[in-house]
Amino acid sequence: MSGSFVIDSLAHAVFWVVVGFVFAGAALAVFPRNIVYNVLGLILCLTGVAALFLYLGSFFLALMQLLIYVGAICIAIVFAIMLSRPLHLEVPKRRMPKVAAGIGAAAIFFAAVTAVSWKTAWKPAAERGADWTITTIGHLLLTRYALVFEVISLVLLVAIIGAIVTTGFSRRLSS
Amino acid sequence: MNSLSVYLTVAAVLFSLGLFGVLMRRNLIGMLISIELMLNGANLNFMAFNRFLAPEPAVGQIVALFVMGIAAAEAAIGLSIILALFRRLRSINVERAQRMRG
Repeated sequence: MSGSFVIDSLAHAVFWVVVGFVFAGAALAVFPRNIVYNVLGLILCLTGVAALFLYLGSFFLALMQLLIYVGAICIAIVFAIMLSRPLHLEVPKRRMPKVAAGIGAAAIFFAAVTAVSWKTAWKPAAERGADWTITTIGHLLLTRYALVFEVISLVLLVAIIGAIVTTGFSRRLSS
Repeated sequence: MNSLSVYLTVAAVLFSLGLFGVLMRRNLIGMLISIELMLNGANLNFMAFNRFLAPEPAVGQIVALFVMGIAAAEAAIGLSIILALFRRLRSINVERAQRMRG
């Protein structure tokens, strides 16, 4: 009995530590002016979100988050930074009214969304399945969601070809 | 810990920080990073509703997977456009890209 209590409180503590990592990473991804710090903060934040997916009961999605976001997108951003040398950007500071307007817009959005999510009395569905397995996901992807699956594959193919063509043509034009 | 509202609040914080970044940054790569933050907030919402409310727990995971695929495509296209723009302008400041301004 006491053992399970200890494990529960440990899980609580680790949850709040993970939430702190997510917030710290998000702040680090937005506020510093050095772009490398932004990417490192993004990596921290996305890893924290993967841990939150673990808490939400989906090991598969946590792995996919690490693989796709941290492993692919962040590395692509790092390559873009190396190729475009944006480190010494000559950007002047924003004027104060614009900063205030941006903070105000984000704060209004945040207040609205949190108010809605705390005011609403969320009701779970009447009968809920308990089928979290990867097998079910695979079956659904190949039966009910087969069309969406194929359209996403097509979108990815077009994106890859488009990226190659865009960068290749621009090199030919500029040199 | 295990309540829907906590996850929704975390997701709202992520989305608001991303929104602020998109509004404030002038570095194009910084804007792309902020967009990834917003997509992650939406993904976290999908997974939270899936865990606490939805009738079929597999569907929310599939939708989150689709969002990840779209995010990968968007990052590839966005980064290639940023590289092309950098080769043309020698800068990735958004306010420099104003050739089509009327």
